[in-house]
Amino acid sequence: MIRTALVVACIGLGLTAVVAQSDPITERRNTMKAVGAATRDGAAMAKGEAAFDTGKAKAIAKVYSDAAKKVPGLYPETSKTGGDTTASPKIWEDQAGFKEAFARFDTAANTVGAAADLDGFRAAFGNATKNCGACHEVYRIKK
Amino acid sequence: MLRLRRLLVTLVLLAAIGLGGFYVLTDPRVVSPSPEIGALSAPDLENGRLLFAAGGCASCHATPGQDDKLRLGGGHVLASAFGKFHVPNISPHTRDGIGNWGVQDFVDAMAAGVSPQGQHYYPSFPYTSYRLMPPKALADLFAYIRTLAPVEGRAPAHELPFPFNIRRVVGGWKLLFFQGAAFEPDPSKSAEWNRGAFLVNGPGHCAECHSSRNALGAIVQATRFAGGPDPEGKGWVPSITQHPDALGKWSKEEIAELLKSGFTPDFDSVGGTMAAVVRNTAQLPDADRLAMAEYLKSLPPLEGPKTPQAGG
Repeated sequence: MIRTALVVACIGLGLTAVVAQSDPITERRNTMKAVGAATRDGAAMAKGEAAFDTGKAKAIAKVYSDAAKKVPGLYPETSKTGGDTTASPKIWEDQAGFKEAFARFDTAANTVGAAADLDGFRAAFGNATKNCGACHEVYRIKK
Repeated sequence: MLRLRRLLVTLVLLAAIGLGGFYVLTDPRVVSPSPEIGALSAPDLENGRLLFAAGGCASCHATPGQDDKLRLGGGHVLASAFGKFHVPNISPHTRDGIGNWGVQDFVDAMAAGVSPQGQHYYPSFPYTSYRLMPPKALADLFAYIRTLAPVEGRAPAHELPFPFNIRRVVGGWKLLFFQGAAFEPDPSKSAEWNRGAFLVNGPGHCAECHSSRNALGAIVQATRFAGGPDPEGKGWVPSITQHPDALGKWSKEEIAELLKSGFTPDFDSVGGTMAAVVRNTAQLPDADRLAMAEYLKSLPPLEGPKTPQAGG
């Protein structure tokens, strides 16, 4: 009886783990959306629509840096298609270049968090967000 | 026997007339005569640089695999439903590029789709749009390109299956689909709208990608700007009409911002070849990006071809 319960529990746990892992497309999309939301905050500050705040700059940098570390791992071979993904096959053809692009984004994100004043933030934010288009140009298809 | 012979002669005659007709009708001088350039004032290099950016020339003609987008050695491969096009060298190199060209040669190429040797260019080179630039603008653009570095080397020949490998066939295509002249401003519209219409339809050649094409590779004008499958293969080019699912809810300023930074109103960043387009439109003055947005805001909200439901 106990044995059966254990087996069932194990299978249940295993399944949960599989389900949690099985949708990298949704997970990478949500992470990218968080990056977009952080960029909205950053753009408001850079344009002077919101007051510069080192705390906010650090928060933006953290969203960027976390995403840069997490996202490259969300492209298993099984996630090439489906879920309306706009991932380009290039991601799997050039894993090294893809990971390097995120490493560059991570480095640039750190300078955003280190900005002490508005001018510094503008420069660092401008630099970091250049990575968006540069990476999407190669590793994303049109939609 | 005599009858058979007569039939044969008739057939041969008909074939000859047909071929002759094809030959005459597909002659570059017949289907796409060059515009008169007349006397031109000294070229305006700054206008040339601007048109070069708006036209996205570098996106196709810059040599791939190096960072300098002003080295126009060609070699980029453009995949299409009709075969592979190898983009030519348009640097001012005298042997491999367009260094030996005169203004008339350049105008013929851009506005008539005809080479200095009198052959048709394939419409993968969007002269269908570039044609809207008047000779003076083309002369400015030509003068600007001539200030760039000459680059050695030629791209390989296009890889096109029969019958597309016969350039004369393009003459027939032009008869069917190539018309119009240089851009004529609409006096009932504002100067800004007219500037935008010129930039979007002329040098910007936005419709070349943002429209679907018919079986012969021509833009379906009824759904111009309403998006369609990516002509280069994978993916889907979005609609840029005022349909609520396209740019209908975007403000003029938001459209101009995308053309400057690549960010959508949701702070998504455009990808694929649009990232390269933004690199070009980012070089335009704010007023020009706003003019393009003003024009795009005036497009009818067309329902385009349906995006495939399953992922891409």
